[in-house]
Amino acid sequence: MSATVTPVAINTFREAVRDRVLYNLVLFALIMIGAAILVGEISIGIERLVIINLGLTAISIFGLVMAIFIGVGLVYKEIEKRTLYSLLSKPIRRWEFLVGKYVGLLVTLAANTAFMTLGLAAALFYVGRRFERSDLSILGAIYFILLELALVTALALFFSCFSSPMLSTLYTLAIYIAGVFANELRTIGDFTQNPALLVLTRTLYYLLPNFHNFNAIATAAHGDAIPFSLLWQNTLYAALYVALLLLAAAAVFSRRNLK
Amino acid sequence: MSTPAIEIEGLTMDFPVGFWRKRMRRSLDNLTFQVDEGEVFGFLGPNGAGKTTTMKLLMGLIFPTSGTARVRGRSIQDVAMHREIGYLPEQPYFYDYLTARELLDYYARFSDYSAPERRERVGKFLARVGLAAAADVQLRKFSKGMLQRVGIAQAILHDPPVVILDEPMSGLDPVGRREVRDIIQALKEQGRTVFFSTHILSDAEMLCDRVAVLAGGKLQGVGAPGAVVGIQAPAMEILFEAREGLALPAGLAEHATRIGGRCRVEVPEQDLYGALEQLRGVQARILSVSPVHPTLEEYFFRLVGGPAASRGLEEISR
Repeated sequence: MSATVTPVAINTFREAVRDRVLYNLVLFALIMIGAAILVGEISIGIERLVIINLGLTAISIFGLVMAIFIGVGLVYKEIEKRTLYSLLSKPIRRWEFLVGKYVGLLVTLAANTAFMTLGLAAALFYVGRRFERSDLSILGAIYFILLELALVTALALFFSCFSSPMLSTLYTLAIYIAGVFANELRTIGDFTQNPALLVLTRTLYYLLPNFHNFNAIATAAHGDAIPFSLLWQNTLYAALYVALLLLAAAAVFSRRNLK
Repeated sequence: MSTPAIEIEGLTMDFPVGFWRKRMRRSLDNLTFQVDEGEVFGFLGPNGAGKTTTMKLLMGLIFPTSGTARVRGRSIQDVAMHREIGYLPEQPYFYDYLTARELLDYYARFSDYSAPERRERVGKFLARVGLAAAADVQLRKFSKGMLQRVGIAQAILHDPPVVILDEPMSGLDPVGRREVRDIIQALKEQGRTVFFSTHILSDAEMLCDRVAVLAGGKLQGVGAPGAVVGIQAPAMEILFEAREGLALPAGLAEHATRIGGRCRVEVPEQDLYGALEQLRGVQARILSVSPVHPTLEEYFFRLVGGPAASRGLEEISR
């Protein structure tokens, strides 16, 4: 990573840590273990399935909340508080600043997810007293959650370059929800007789990030293996989409007059 | 001939105003001047004159509508230019979750110093701005004056040949102002170019080799402070002690104001010695004699003949 991107990323991570965001994770891990004990009591036979479902869904939602709420303020806060003035007077390009902020938040989210995964593992171990080979698919599902977070963070960062946190949150959430239902959007188009609607749904299907493909929670909960082809396809898809969003963010931000 | 430290050519900046019906307003109008290598150059003007806009343009924080600028021959679009320049923004604000030491270390990372070099440098510059004792305190606990000092430290941390300071004395107490003046003086002695904005004439008079005066986004003049602003004292202030019941000489009595046992009188410069003789005659104890500087507002008022100067921005049609 470039010598100018790394310090920005480290500082972004440090900001998140000092905001005590990560301390919520310890609390989350404890709640997970507590919930596992409770679930173990009331769902005989399917404890593991319920815990994995509950745990992965919680990791995904908690990560999304962090990605959106920190992401939408990444650039906006620096402009509003004018901390960016001193920083951009150093030999750093605007796109390097953006990439640094992005990587910093991604590292924060990865650390967050790692902590929560430990909580989930502890809960599973408490219930079953052992790990099973099929539990490996949980790691695959978590990897997909990370890819999803990388995409959502890039979206939030993009909007953060030109709109307020409130609007950026709305835009990001709207695209996320639409992206979760991307496959349904395509199906609606297939059923319609209206050619204009067909074009619209198809266009949206291809334009919107398809978050549906990143959901492997049910697969992991049932102990099924995640196909290798899906792993690399999702990786490539997320990488390309993130790269496009960062390019667009850099294009917008590089021309922006700082008030 | 050596390359000027800063060259500004025809810088013009328009920005949109209004929500529904966007109109363009001109905040800088065809600004052209240059700052020579090694000089302390003051940028004078009332609030809203365009000083901060000019500095932000130089730093690439905003982009000009037209015109160009170069720092030591490099275009302001060139990121390498930033290695040669240090910048203190107006009313600086920094990451308040960092300590002063961490903040400076962060900024030093952009200048290719090794970790030991950074440590040494950060300590040295914190001491230089009088913050050695507060080095490990989070910036959220810093006063405005302390933040200003951190701001100056980060601007000069990498030994830039050109230092741009936007209102460096703003918000400082007399001791702080004196310290900033000393830092500027020291930078000059090291051969660095200092370009700083102020709206306080005495600061410019004390420190600057040359000044540029800006009003309403237009350049009013460039040159030595006295020549440009016309700092000839039109009046002299005499402060003296007079015992109770003392009758002041005629001609002075009507202009004098008494504060407790002290009196203050303002006389035209040519009448100074006569007034002093008169006061000596009545055994008044002279405490001080000082020139009365016109304020920058008075200067601008005089320059453009009234409140027009304070109108500042000019609306333009597009």
